[in-house]
Amino acid sequence: MTVHLPPAGTRVVVAMSGGVDSSVAAALLVERGYDVIGIMLRLWAEPSQGQGKENSNRCCAPEAVADARAIARQLGIPFYDIHAESVFKQHVVDPWITAYGEAATPNPCFNCNRFIRFGFLMQRARALGAAYLATGHYARIDTVPAEPRSELPVRYRLLKGVDAKKDQSYVLHVLGQRDLARALFPCGEFTKEHVRDLARRFGLPVAERAESQDLCFLTQGDYRSFLVRQAPDVAVPGPILNTRGEVIGRHEGLPFYTVGQRRGLDIAPKSAHAEPLYVLRLDSARNALIVGRADELGTRRLTVRSMHYVSGKAPTAPVRCTAKVRYKAREASCVLTPLENGAAQVEFDEVQRDATPGQGLVAYDGDEVIGGGIIARTE
Amino acid sequence: MTKTSARRRVYLDYSATTPVAPEVVQAMQPYLTDLFGNAASLHEFGREAAAALDEAHIVTGCALGARASEIVFTGCGTEADNLALRGAAFAARQHGRGDHIISAPTEHHAVTSTLEQLQQLFGFEVTFLPVDGCGRVDPDDVKRALRRNTILVSIMMANNEIGTLEPIAEIGHMCRERGVIFHTDAVQCPAYLPIDVEALQVDLMALSSHKFYGPKGVGILYIREGTPFVPTLTGGGHERGRRAGTVNVAGAVGTAVALEYVAQQRETQAPRLQRLRDRLIEGVLAAVPDARVSGHPHNRLPHHASFVFKGVDGETLLMALDVEGIAVSTGSACTSGNPEPSPVLLAMGIPSEWALGGLRISLGYHTSDEDLDYVLEKLPRCVAQVRRAMSEL
Ligand SMILES: Cc1ncc(COP(=O)(O)O)c(C=O)c1O
Repeated sequence: MTVHLPPAGTRVVVAMSGGVDSSVAAALLVERGYDVIGIMLRLWAEPSQGQGKENSNRCCAPEAVADARAIARQLGIPFYDIHAESVFKQHVVDPWITAYGEAATPNPCFNCNRFIRFGFLMQRARALGAAYLATGHYARIDTVPAEPRSELPVRYRLLKGVDAKKDQSYVLHVLGQRDLARALFPCGEFTKEHVRDLARRFGLPVAERAESQDLCFLTQGDYRSFLVRQAPDVAVPGPILNTRGEVIGRHEGLPFYTVGQRRGLDIAPKSAHAEPLYVLRLDSARNALIVGRADELGTRRLTVRSMHYVSGKAPTAPVRCTAKVRYKAREASCVLTPLENGAAQVEFDEVQRDATPGQGLVAYDGDEVIGGGIIARTE
Repeated sequence: MTKTSARRRVYLDYSATTPVAPEVVQAMQPYLTDLFGNAASLHEFGREAAAALDEAHIVTGCALGARASEIVFTGCGTEADNLALRGAAFAARQHGRGDHIISAPTEHHAVTSTLEQLQQLFGFEVTFLPVDGCGRVDPDDVKRALRRNTILVSIMMANNEIGTLEPIAEIGHMCRERGVIFHTDAVQCPAYLPIDVEALQVDLMALSSHKFYGPKGVGILYIREGTPFVPTLTGGGHERGRRAGTVNVAGAVGTAVALEYVAQQRETQAPRLQRLRDRLIEGVLAAVPDARVSGHPHNRLPHHASFVFKGVDGETLLMALDVEGIAVSTGSACTSGNPEPSPVLLAMGIPSEWALGGLRISLGYHTSDEDLDYVLEKLPRCVAQVRRAMSEL
């Protein structure tokens, strides 16, 4: 296996955010002698109530643009901030809202990486004559000899970042061979600590803006209030049912609940149960929220749709591997069986409590990302 | 750590701004240091500044065929356009003379946005005339649009995006006969064309110093004697009560010197630039497939070449050229990720798959044949590269 290192002088666009990781990525590329161009995308954010305020998507708030520009200047590279609001809205935010309408809990980062970073931005990078697009992600790419009779002489592998705590390969599983052939992740070879040291050595700011679990395009409140404002008709109140099908309360709209949730369930006192109840499922056909006991929660077997395999080819037989059902979930052993129509069945050795329709399942062979898809059904 | 390779840089965006001429810098210098007085002050410091300001009015007036008292220094070209349009409109309102204004969709935003505000907030009615495929307003259309309640016509002398010259004298003559105030935005012109307010028959005219080798942040508004005018920058009695605010004396001095400088340079520069421009246009059309000139083929600013390239997003092309060290500009705005065609090109009837790819290459006094050699080497490759990337998935 070979680590992917293009020759000095190669033109590389680096996606800059003003943060430590992408700044260090840019500095490393400059140090290695590449012809580096920094680009920051302006992404859509919910318009704020006050007039005249600039876009404040967290990825590209005005301060972040100023930081990225200053860093580009320090590194002596050209820098552009490019408007991508409408493509981001169209490919990331709107499908995310639609998925909520279908009682799923979607992860918008997949579409962002696929359509915005490695679609829109990659295209801009190529238009500027760049051979590669680099980002500050914690992941790695290497090559192994391709199987006989393949189109390309090598196969690109997407690997976890060296720093297990920071690994971001989960959100990059949407990439394919052509994307990886044109991608560089300079930070993936290092731990976060080391990246911070590098930032100090390069004289780059190391202070990080507060990390937030919220989605980058939310500007006020949480995703629930966002949905109420932006898509009021996706949330329709309906019944809360127990596993026997009895109505035991009312929910305010399925998008406001997620599998495994316990708090905030409006359940009639008379049906007060001895044991706490958890959300087991969101039944969009009946607009019902199904709740049950902790021991009813979780599943071993999932159906996954829209499977994407990094190699470009689905395995021909069931594979024993590990998989994550959420970004922050623990990897667990399973058997993945490719099905027709881009689906797959995944059978875990142990019950997975957090598996939620709409979230991504990503499968690994050791450090290598096999691929992933969207959880369609849990049983 | 910093990249230091001496990259070739070619500036071909003189329509956006120009470097300040050394004699202009020199003339301004004392008024930034020793002679710092406020021209409105009574004392000697003030008198020194006032004398310089008087002189700047005289020189500027002379350069434009106007009287010193008809010249108002402003904070920029945009401000001059704003003051002209509001000043004339509000004066007409004050005297109940009508509320109809005629202009064109190809005007600079300094004009169109101001007119839209007069329309939306102040109840004026604005007719935006059609333009032909070269961006030209037909004087007959102006004539037909004139009504009894028309108070103001605003048509630019030369278009910043496509370089086309408008038939100003003809429109001016017609307006004067009808007693309608005529404003022209001549911001793009002084460095390359002679300007005489009498020949042009204008009542109001906006200029901007940084477009003719003067400093940024200084504009000129010409107000013909007797033109009804209500000041919209109100305060003290500066500039004869037409534009309140302590005058930028150094800027006014620099502007006057810059006007003298360009008047002297123009005669040799204009034909030289025209030759370079024509060479550039021929070279680009020969080397780039699916390319056209936008604007008038020859009735245009001598330093100004503008093109449209089918299927190319102008902003991306601009970046690709910048990466090669070539500084130019586009008229198409990309404000949201889906490139929007330029309103000027659309008004000219250019189809939108061409109107995204507007490119303006504006030459200046320092442009050389070698600069154009470099552009003619790089531009065809950049266009091809952008087209290739855009057609990939
Ligand atoms: C035709 C025209 N009008 C007005 C302006 C505005 O001038 P200023 O930059 O001085 O505000 C410009 C400058 O871009 C221009 O080209």
